[in-house]
Amino acid sequence: MKTWKSRLAVTAAAVTAVLGMTACGGAAGASGPQLSLVGFSVAETANKAAEAKFQQTEAGKGVTFSGSYGASGDQSRKVAAGAKADYVQFSLESDVTRLVKAGLVSPDWNTNSTKGIVSESVVVLVVPKGNPQHITGWEDLTRPDVKVITPDPKSSGSARWNILGLYGHELATGKSAADASDFVTKVFANVTQWAGSGREATEAFDKKVGNVLISYENEAILARQKGKDYDYIVPKDTLLIENPGAVLSKADPKAKDWLDFVLSKDGQTQAAKAGFRPVIDGVKTDVQGANDPSNPFPTPDRLLTVGKDFGGWAAVDKKFFADGALIDQLRAAAVKK
Amino acid sequence: MKPETLTRPAAAGLGLALLWFSVLVLIPLAAIVLSSTAGGWQQFIGTITDPETFAALRLTVLQALGAALVNVVVGTTIAWVLVRDRFPGKAVLEVIIDIPFALPTIVAGLVLLSLYGPESPLGINVVNTQQGIFLALLFVTLPFVVRTVQPVLIELDQDVEEAAASLGAGRFTTFRRVLLPALIPAITAGASLAFARAISEFGALVLISGNTPFETEVASLKILKFIEGDNRAGAASVALVLLVVSLVVLVALDILQRKVARRG
Repeated sequence: MKTWKSRLAVTAAAVTAVLGMTACGGAAGASGPQLSLVGFSVAETANKAAEAKFQQTEAGKGVTFSGSYGASGDQSRKVAAGAKADYVQFSLESDVTRLVKAGLVSPDWNTNSTKGIVSESVVVLVVPKGNPQHITGWEDLTRPDVKVITPDPKSSGSARWNILGLYGHELATGKSAADASDFVTKVFANVTQWAGSGREATEAFDKKVGNVLISYENEAILARQKGKDYDYIVPKDTLLIENPGAVLSKADPKAKDWLDFVLSKDGQTQAAKAGFRPVIDGVKTDVQGANDPSNPFPTPDRLLTVGKDFGGWAAVDKKFFADGALIDQLRAAAVKK
Repeated sequence: MKPETLTRPAAAGLGLALLWFSVLVLIPLAAIVLSSTAGGWQQFIGTITDPETFAALRLTVLQALGAALVNVVVGTTIAWVLVRDRFPGKAVLEVIIDIPFALPTIVAGLVLLSLYGPESPLGINVVNTQQGIFLALLFVTLPFVVRTVQPVLIELDQDVEEAAASLGAGRFTTFRRVLLPALIPAITAGASLAFARAISEFGALVLISGNTPFETEVASLKILKFIEGDNRAGAASVALVLLVVSLVVLVALDILQRKVARRG
């Protein structure tokens, strides 16, 4: 089985390499290494643009790429199970932690200048064009005429950001944990679709299963770039989404150069154009699809973070998302309402 | 037990069948059983008696049983119509029956959502209801009974029915004493397939079901959640329960089938 798999992988890599070379018309040179990027779905657009820019730099000359994109948790489990990767980029820190535990990523991966974070976004509310129900923020999600769609935080790890944004709203406005639980329960009672994945949540929203979709700013921007006529609202207080990226211990040395490029002004500009908030200062670019393309990333009045306001992912997973933890309890309470 | 009873080609055939069966079925099944008990018996019991998981399992099994039952009646009727009646468009219907087989289930889910969702042209909205799940299951399991009963009906000699009638049997008696015994094995085989398919369905109903825990969450989604939460033992435990339920239903249907066939 193992040899079949590796043979298949070699064949696939060879085919990709050949295709890659043909596509570049040989300009990239045949001698450079190929980096395998494994990432969560929405990172693909930004990475494709950044790859082209990287190949134009001194460090990136001759480097080719193969990319695999999918649900963050699935991608992480795949790499942990032995899929080839030089660089990984996930939605959640815990997906990198899994690889650290598997001995594939160095434990000091998050000690660089951005603490391992390569892109940022915020939790937003997506509504139909024109915002017919005048949704302005989190409070509106408890209204009886509002039907909420969100990916399920238990089946789609990335949706954990959404739920924390919702819960964090009450904390940001100075309420107690009990108030926050009560508020979240009310919103849960309004959820008409706990979608299996972000993709399915969008499908359900397109089919009008609900009228508010809890999503990420970068996904809303990207969808609008691709022609969807959504509007999105950045709540006055919301949660900062921080997507980690890491180089694998056994990666090609060029992977480190790639990570450096990703964190450079050039690299972050490409990510910004695809809707991600830059992780460094001084990146200035127009972003098509943003509410205001010339000021694409407005600063919310209050921006919560998992590290400062929730005590980090390990604490969050235990308190909120473990089996039988707070989210399960609140959902059970919402059903009884 | 004489060793000569197996000829060499037959032995090779048996060997190949066993190998094939082991690699594709037995080894993965054994792996599921093993990993479900990885956390110990206590954890297995704890997982499946958790109220949310239990609700998902109960919903899944009941819905699958319901779908199989409806298929027994409707599937047999459709097979009958296809074999015994002549009407325009019959050839088209023959092909259309198989579409639920051929369609990727997530596409089926999208189609169902368009037809029976908030934008339904028929004015029927079953999103986030158990009826929605039932509808999706009926859709994906439709071909099974039809396709198992159809060939048996074609082979069935109509002369036998006429003979029964000429001997004074009423329509119902002919059906019960002549037709049914011949069809029962095919019907139960189709129903078993439909049940097994329904119990594990995911793609077709994930969009229409809403996935609300305790209300519209099915077992396959619960498995996905356990995997995402890195709880493999939990996922395998739910899978094991589904396997055992399938096995029990398959055996029960087989016994029933033998009984009815003998009585006829």
